[in-house]
Amino acid sequence: MKPAPLKYMAATSLDHALRLKADYGGEASFLAGGQSLIPTMNFRLAQPAVLIDINQLSDLAGIARDGQTIHIGAMTRYRALERDPLLADALPLMTEALPHIAHPQIRNRGTLGGNLAHADPASEMPAIVVALGGRLRARSAAAERWIEARDFFVGPLTTALHDDEMLVEIELPAPVPRSGSCFMEVARRRGDFAMVGIALMLTLGKNGDCSSIRIALCGAGETPVDASDAASGLIGQPIDGEAIGDVAASVQQSIDPPGNMQASKEFQRHLAGVLVKRALRAAWERATHG
Amino acid sequence: MDSEKHDIVVTVNGMRYLRQAEARMLLSDFIRHELLLAGTHVGCEHGVCGACTILFDGHPVRACLMLAPQANGHEITTVEGLAPSPDQLHPLQQAMHDKHGLQCGYCTPGILMTMTAFLAEHPVPDEAQVREALSGNLCRCTGYQHIVDAVLEAAEKMRDVK
Ligand SMILES: Cc1cc2nc3c(=O)[nH]c(=O)nc-3n(C[C@H](O)[C@H](O)[C@H](O)COP(=O)(O)OP(=O)(O)OC[C@H]3O[C@@H](n4cnc5c(N)ncnc54)[C@H](O)[C@@H]3O)c2cc1C
Ligand code: FES
Ligand code: FES
Repeated sequence: MKPAPLKYMAATSLDHALRLKADYGGEASFLAGGQSLIPTMNFRLAQPAVLIDINQLSDLAGIARDGQTIHIGAMTRYRALERDPLLADALPLMTEALPHIAHPQIRNRGTLGGNLAHADPASEMPAIVVALGGRLRARSAAAERWIEARDFFVGPLTTALHDDEMLVEIELPAPVPRSGSCFMEVARRRGDFAMVGIALMLTLGKNGDCSSIRIALCGAGETPVDASDAASGLIGQPIDGEAIGDVAASVQQSIDPPGNMQASKEFQRHLAGVLVKRALRAAWERATHG
Repeated sequence: MDSEKHDIVVTVNGMRYLRQAEARMLLSDFIRHELLLAGTHVGCEHGVCGACTILFDGHPVRACLMLAPQANGHEITTVEGLAPSPDQLHPLQQAMHDKHGLQCGYCTPGILMTMTAFLAEHPVPDEAQVREALSGNLCRCTGYQHIVDAVLEAAEKMRDVK
């Protein structure tokens, strides 16, 4: 239950951190909040030879709005996100999901960037950034690129980041008018990972019909599962009980949940259907009256 | 493999310490074995039980999920730093005593560090908020009811003083 020997370096600037990563490559891991990395090191599931601590890079922490775009630095802690009025106003979907992550003590250290880079398929934030249609900025000592959120998560605990890259920023579009969102999950206990969770973003046309719907699920596959295609039958249609039932059935059919210790495959599929119905009703209500 | 020692200058409960530690030493072990402050308990060492909760720059965190060198230049409060004097307890410590908020006491330091910070941010909490705030601390003895009672009583007493 103790980490293996390692070399520890506290990076003093982004360039410093990226140079170290270029030198050590796959031997080295960035240490952000440590709330996923250190437990796995304590279990010796991870034994990085080198840790590059990026907690001093305060430039990488912060939330800003530029027109219709929200920028969040990778080192922004859950704690800051939870308490940010700008975020609550611009991206209520993210604010609604944050209290479901772990416990306050974990959220005081854990960062959005570390969470996304960890890419746990049961985790809430990957589903949120996929549902919002965000994109992620990766940097290496030599270059920089943007990765669409839906292309970032390539498997359980596996992302599109290269060995020499750091996730530095998350960019998310603010919802357009007549939009409503909802995040819901079912977990055995408060703070546990979800058996299944849903992030849903709905936009209505002027006549009240659905003009766009995006759904992403956590805990329902090897990565956050984008079920927007399965829900697309609703687009252009009026929303009523029957239409909501159709979307739920279609999403249920489209997913292939893995099943785990807490919930069988069948139960996860059942939960996904229930959550689609509840979240869609809530988002519809919010889009109509909000 | 690297067993190089790092200099660590850290302020704990208002006292400055200079110590050396290997990078892989957990902050919880550093506090217990190097600073000899054994009030911070260790249960699971993977962030779940909350026994090791300390205040790091004022906020409750898991000491078992940080490495000792990460404390360099920072400020920590442990349970030893809560009581204002040797013959007076912190109002939450007193309320835990009065309301029977502990049996074996293993979880107590983590609960005190979590809930004193909570009360500072929520001086007028309701029971649901208290239970939510306690969700990250496991107690195998009390069934939590007496802890909730103690936190609510401490909140009231602390308001009276102000
Ligand atoms: C008790 C407990 C309960 C939890 N419950 C939940 C839960 O319900 N839901 C949930 O979603 N999560 C949960 N978590 C995990 C938590 O959300 C983690 O904090 C988060 O997943 C990791 O963020 P971090 O900043 O702590 O990253 P770290 O642990 O520091 O890093 C995680 C990984 O990402 C890499 N990394 C970090 N930052 C970057 C970067 N900027 N660029 C590239 N790579 C990077 C690291 O090298 C490491 O491999 C729980 C954790 C604990 C201990
Ligand atoms: S010992 Fe740190 S949370 Fe259990
Ligand atoms: S009093 Fe024994 S674990 Fe809480």
